[in-house]
Amino acid sequence: MSKRTIRSFLLGDAQADRVVPPSGFTAQLTLFAAAAMAFLAVFALALCMASGRLADRWAGELARSATLRISAPADQRDAQTAAALEILRQTPGIASARALSMEEQAALLTPWFGADLPLDDLPVPQLVEIVADDQGYDVEGLRLRLSGEVPGAVLDDHSRWRRPLVDAANSLRRLGLMSILLIGGATAAMITLAANAALAANAQVIEVLRLVGARDTYIAQAFVRRFTLRALIGATLGMALGMLGVALLPPASDAGGFLTGLGFQGAGWAVPFLIPVLGALVAFAATWYSARRRLGELT
Amino acid sequence: MIELENVGYSYGGGELLSNVTLSLSPGSFHFLTGPSGSGKTTLMKLCYGALKPTSGRIKVFGSDMRRLDRDQMAILRRRIGVVHQDCQFLDHLPLADNVALPLTVSGRDVGAESQNLSELLAWVGLGNRTDALPPELSGGERQRAALARAVIMSPEVVLADEPTGNVDWEMSQRLLTLLAELNRMGKTVLVASHDLALIRAAKSLVQARVLRISNRKLQLAGADL
Ligand SMILES: Nc1ncnc2c1ncn2[C@@H]1O[C@H](COP(=O)(O)OP(=O)(O)OP(=O)(O)O)[C@@H](O)[C@H]1O
Ligand SMILES: [Mg+2]
Repeated sequence: MSKRTIRSFLLGDAQADRVVPPSGFTAQLTLFAAAAMAFLAVFALALCMASGRLADRWAGELARSATLRISAPADQRDAQTAAALEILRQTPGIASARALSMEEQAALLTPWFGADLPLDDLPVPQLVEIVADDQGYDVEGLRLRLSGEVPGAVLDDHSRWRRPLVDAANSLRRLGLMSILLIGGATAAMITLAANAALAANAQVIEVLRLVGARDTYIAQAFVRRFTLRALIGATLGMALGMLGVALLPPASDAGGFLTGLGFQGAGWAVPFLIPVLGALVAFAATWYSARRRLGELT
Repeated sequence: MIELENVGYSYGGGELLSNVTLSLSPGSFHFLTGPSGSGKTTLMKLCYGALKPTSGRIKVFGSDMRRLDRDQMAILRRRIGVVHQDCQFLDHLPLADNVALPLTVSGRDVGAESQNLSELLAWVGLGNRTDALPPELSGGERQRAALARAVIMSPEVVLADEPTGNVDWEMSQRLLTLLAELNRMGKTVLVASHDLALIRAAKSLVQARVLRISNRKLQLAGADL
């Protein structure tokens, strides 16, 4: 399409619109379907973004912290801890390493064993909290070195229970993305059907226009503009309702966990505004394609 | 203007037209006659490109019609005014808009030509029916409207398929006079009609040649009408 065609398309041409008879009921159906699709798209988008945030947070927080557990006979415990701390200090990619104090360890165990636990009498392993810097460190290399020099040390980088959580969040995000693609595809299919119905219903009009010397672009535009505008208006309504729904969800809280985190945050609120634009683009492409194909069959 | 060279056409069954050679020179007036179903409308459609010949070649304004793409074909139709046998209007638009449709679709400013439009409607005697919808018009009014629409772009060629199909004698005389007037203004005119009385009556108005389709062939009819 030339620049002029695009401009005349956007500005509209009242006369060109009038050559195709108005179609009340189908127009409302298209409007409704576009609104419903946009409404669903808002939720799919919210799901995507929330699970994305969750996956990033879990992956980031858990990856950055690790725990070293040193189980050694009481007399070797302090020496092994010191040796382990020295190794950790030398390992590139580790921001800090700190042996937990007895009080801290007791606090960690309290929920399970009660406050009166005589920690001193039990062979409780010494815990060392490791925080990695942004680059991260070589987990396998560190493990190898520790096993040589600090036999009682076990490195737990939390990957055992981090991975399934992150995987779950990531598949949730994939599902959301897939839903958005499906919604887009269904919108395209629906608009194509509606456009084909409109083109078929107006076969006589198209023939007359063609006979008096209308070019394909002119005829196609009359239909394309209609469906694009309907999709735009419908999707805007649907998006507005969908966002209202998301805004009315309870605010994110630690207690609610994932469920209450469903929604948009900050700049994320701008993303749904793409839905009507994309919907209009899909409608434009679908109608343009149908119209050109239909017109190509005429002489 | 329009030249057919050994044109043949079939709708899929047997050949309807074969070996038709015809040349419409500028400013000429032709009648096309023949029994119902002999292929008059088909020949007209071939002339303005609504049908493609199954054999032979058609040249319009000097260019081979097969070489024209869809857009060029649309431009071509603006230079040929066609009165269809069944008129073909947009039923949801009032008469004036229908007559102005060729201007609208070719991007011309209809407002600027409103003077022209009302003169034209008065010329075909429809000056007081401009707001009527096509289905509200009588058969004769529709045919006059179709003629007005055919000439609004002031085309070089006017093809009229049974323009007097469902009007009384007086009205058909009037339409014929309009066509003769167009011809005097320099337009090339081809009128399909099986009304021999009308063709005879035309002799006093214009220098017309009569073409007749019989047995799939196109012949120039003599003075023996
Ligand atoms: N689209 C079509 N498909 C198949 N056959 C057709 C088609 N249109 C016309 N015909 C056939 O071709 C023949 C010629 O039709 P055409 O309309 O050219 O006749 P005509 O001379 O204009 O007749 P009339 O005087 O009744 O208008 C007829 O037998 C008709 O049935
Ligand atoms: Mg006919």
